[in-house]
Amino acid sequence: MPKVRTKDLIEKFNLELVSGAEGIHRPITTSDLSRPGIEMAGYFTYYPAERVQLLGKTELSFFERLTPVEKRLRMEKLCTDVTPAIIISRGLEVPQELIEASERKSVPVMRSPMKTTRLASRLTNYLESKLAPTTAVHGVLVDVYGVGVLITGKSGVGKSETALELVKRGHRLVADDCVEIRQEDQDLLIGSAPELIEHLLEIRGLGIINVMTLFGAGAVRPHKRISLVIDLELWDPNKQYDRLGLEEEKVKIIDTEVPKLTIPVRPGRNLAVIIEVAAMNFRLKRMGVNAAEEFSARLADAIEDAEHDYE
Amino acid sequence: MEKVFTVTAESGIHARPATMLVQTASKFDSEISLEYNGKKVNLKSIMGVMSLGIPKGAQIKISAEGSDAAEAMNALTETLTKEGLAQ
Repeated sequence: MPKVRTKDLIEKFNLELVSGAEGIHRPITTSDLSRPGIEMAGYFTYYPAERVQLLGKTELSFFERLTPVEKRLRMEKLCTDVTPAIIISRGLEVPQELIEASERKSVPVMRSPMKTTRLASRLTNYLESKLAPTTAVHGVLVDVYGVGVLITGKSGVGKSETALELVKRGHRLVADDCVEIRQEDQDLLIGSAPELIEHLLEIRGLGIINVMTLFGAGAVRPHKRISLVIDLELWDPNKQYDRLGLEEEKVKIIDTEVPKLTIPVRPGRNLAVIIEVAAMNFRLKRMGVNAAEEFSARLADAIEDAEHDYE
Repeated sequence: MEKVFTVTAESGIHARPATMLVQTASKFDSEISLEYNGKKVNLKSIMGVMSLGIPKGAQIKISAEGSDAAEAMNALTETLTKEGLAQ
């Protein structure tokens, strides 16, 4: 199923549909735009027909200087079977030749009052976010002190219960059990809830609860950047858990690496507090304060001093 | 291993049948997932299964991987057919 169609652009940018209405269900497959200036001059060898075409003042004023035969041919070539949209900016007048060609090929021609560069950047942003690679992850996404923490782990390990306690402590739930993740930019993962289960939390023994109606609008958020992954697992006595925090483990989601902590679960361990502290520690590290490294440096100094005593 | 089903239940995979499927899946150690409309979720997660909103007539794919994958698949197939959910 295509992620964006021409009609989505019309709705989002409030575009005026001029002609080629039959084609508004065409899929848009790339976030790249094309400003077909060189094509207006007759060079179509590398014409990127599958892109959204943007005609501004430069292109149209040049077009006006062509002969009637050239005008008709160029517009004919501009409208192909795969062209999803041709957008005229600055509210400029649409050439008659374009209207005719677009009607024949059912290429939607739209108009916007916005300036070309501004429209281009907004279109690119919108298309990039819509066409971003996506995935769904089994886990819970919570905003803890402004850090998007994705809690993962096997079914029944207590992800939702931990999220509930975090919400109770004033943090915000983004998604329970199933998190849709979009990579909007390099190294930028945005998680959100599937529409059907937004604001809901499933707690064994209670069933499905609505966090927004129970705790208020401040307890939820629609989406959040994922900065940290916390993997909960049942305490394995044979496994070595990180005791120092000097090494940073990473996990790859789509093409982005995210820091990951593995936290063993055992009765009596307050996971919500541990996750709160993990989030705070993560922020601290980003601000340049690394407790584990500082301690390691202090220890090295102390050892060096002690060595002198033996010399 | 994978298996494709067509949903036959009148109201699709609604809350109660979803719970039944999830409970069946949870008995096994294997990683079990459900795919519909290009979206893949963990079949041991009620919220995950319900987030898909699977209607009647939909094609769904169940995949199981692990030591007891075959048993899990059999049990799930049985639940689906016995409850008149899918074929």
